[in-house]
Amino acid sequence: MDLVIPKIDALSLCPELVLSITAMLVLLVTVYLPKGRKDPAAYVGLLGIFIALMSLTLLWGKPRYAFNNMIMVDNFSIFFNMVILVTAALSILMSITYLKEEGMSHGEFYALILFSAVGMMFMTAGANLITIFLGLETMSISLYVLAGFLRDSNRSNESALKYLLLGAFSSAFLLYGIAFIYGATGTTDLKGISEFLSRATYMKDPMLLAGMGLLLVGFGFKIATVPFHMWTPDVYEGAPTSVTAFMSVGVKAAVFAAFVRVFSHALWDLQPDWNQLLWILAVLTMTLGNVIAIAQTNIKRMLAYSSIAHAGYIMMGMIASNELGTSSILFYMLAYAFTNLGAFGVVILFGRKGEGNLDIEDYSGMGFKYPVLGLLMAVFLFSLAGIPPTAGFVGKFYIFSAAVKAGYIWLAIIGVMNSLVSVYYYLRVTVMMYMKDPVKDLEGLHWSPSMIVALIIAVAGTLLIGIFPSPYLDLAKQSVLHLM
Amino acid sequence: MPSDYFPVFVFLLIAVGFPVMIIALSSIVGPRKPSPEKLMPYECGVDPIGSARKRLSVKFYIVAMLFVVFDIEAIFLYPWAVIFKDLGVFGVVEMGLFIVILFVGLIYAWKKGVLEWE
Repeated sequence: MDLVIPKIDALSLCPELVLSITAMLVLLVTVYLPKGRKDPAAYVGLLGIFIALMSLTLLWGKPRYAFNNMIMVDNFSIFFNMVILVTAALSILMSITYLKEEGMSHGEFYALILFSAVGMMFMTAGANLITIFLGLETMSISLYVLAGFLRDSNRSNESALKYLLLGAFSSAFLLYGIAFIYGATGTTDLKGISEFLSRATYMKDPMLLAGMGLLLVGFGFKIATVPFHMWTPDVYEGAPTSVTAFMSVGVKAAVFAAFVRVFSHALWDLQPDWNQLLWILAVLTMTLGNVIAIAQTNIKRMLAYSSIAHAGYIMMGMIASNELGTSSILFYMLAYAFTNLGAFGVVILFGRKGEGNLDIEDYSGMGFKYPVLGLLMAVFLFSLAGIPPTAGFVGKFYIFSAAVKAGYIWLAIIGVMNSLVSVYYYLRVTVMMYMKDPVKDLEGLHWSPSMIVALIIAVAGTLLIGIFPSPYLDLAKQSVLHLM
Repeated sequence: MPSDYFPVFVFLLIAVGFPVMIIALSSIVGPRKPSPEKLMPYECGVDPIGSARKRLSVKFYIVAMLFVVFDIEAIFLYPWAVIFKDLGVFGVVEMGLFIVILFVGLIYAWKKGVLEWE
């Protein structure tokens, strides 16, 4: 028997390795720190993320396969990995004071965020369905624990349990889909699958279509597309707010990266089949997310439904299935990361221990009491709604124009109408902040340095991308150029 | 070919059919004379004491989890030892990495006081 020993190409995995080692280091550091003073663990984590980011830039522009075609290091994965690392860093910055206020300052939190980020990075770089699945599981298992991190809170526990049960179920769907695809094509390698399908003697095999459908369910669950979205509001509401922020951006980025790789690349020859499915899913996702968000009274639930709607917009880029479509997904993800993290940052800062100050009503009069915070929230909400000069506007613009260019006029019209609906509920919060008298005492806001840094980065990103979009768009375009 | 799976299908039918048949037969043919002793839950022949829904200390679960981790390690070490020579330096380094990662976990668990029982 021959043993194939893979060539160890540690350099290609450098960012992931750095992050894994940092996560273990955080675990070791945290047990030696006195109780309740776990901040150094967070700073170790941030340092690791910074080194990983630096090493990512070294890999830019040199696309290659590594580890027997299991890993693919190209600009596409590097772009997504940057988004993921920024997300992880901002989530950690936002968590430091938040966890202390909740009385749950444990170093394990930061280690879990890092492990989850490692899983996400493996998903974006996966050149094999097995690598993608492994990444997905590493990401999800850490997130199940993180969702229940406030262990004294019933809601947090409920959220973790729901996420675990439904998430495990959806992983099974994904795995079953992988098995079907393997059965039909004889390989789990993305390149192998696309080569097999392009030989075109094997089209419309029901087994292949079933596998594709199951993969769609598995991915659709993780990015919360309708009708696989039912878990989202409950999990997002119950999980610690900084975890919700991390989940809503990081998971979306990682899963969309894998989604694009598998569907727009490996299963490209089935494009006529999955395109119609995605069309229907995108319309349902946008519409349902936006319409139900109107009725929400809790701001975390509202942002959860809004994140469902945004998944729908991003899917339009996949349906357009041209180079502009894919690059607009990348651009949108970047814009969405800063915007959504910023919005959740304000929610964390304004929130009180337990369930305090999470109703949209509670934001009444906040804009006058805390002008800076009100202004920040307004910017993030404008960006989510897609109003210039913010990142959200440019992102939506490129996504919609990609859809129009590919001939999906109706889809673009539905998308624009949906984003009009979304203006209502985003601006409702702004109206509360600036046009209503406070309904309760708003004293005692605790500005912590780490939170200020996180909010400054988020607002700078949102405005910078909104006002000078072209360098970031070029970056996104370069990222899909060498898509292997 | 789907027809290759025919034996599997037959086996599946037998596997489901046989227990169903046995249970059905025993409920049709067997005499039924219930008594309090017979209706009692079976606990190895001893009379059951208290409720079965008892809360166990979380320590048991933690020890069980640690056991699983090191059990898997042992299982992984066996096949590795068998082909140790073929793997060469690569094998040593890979297994070393694997054990170092587990060791980090052990240190963490140790410092957290998982191994203390009071």
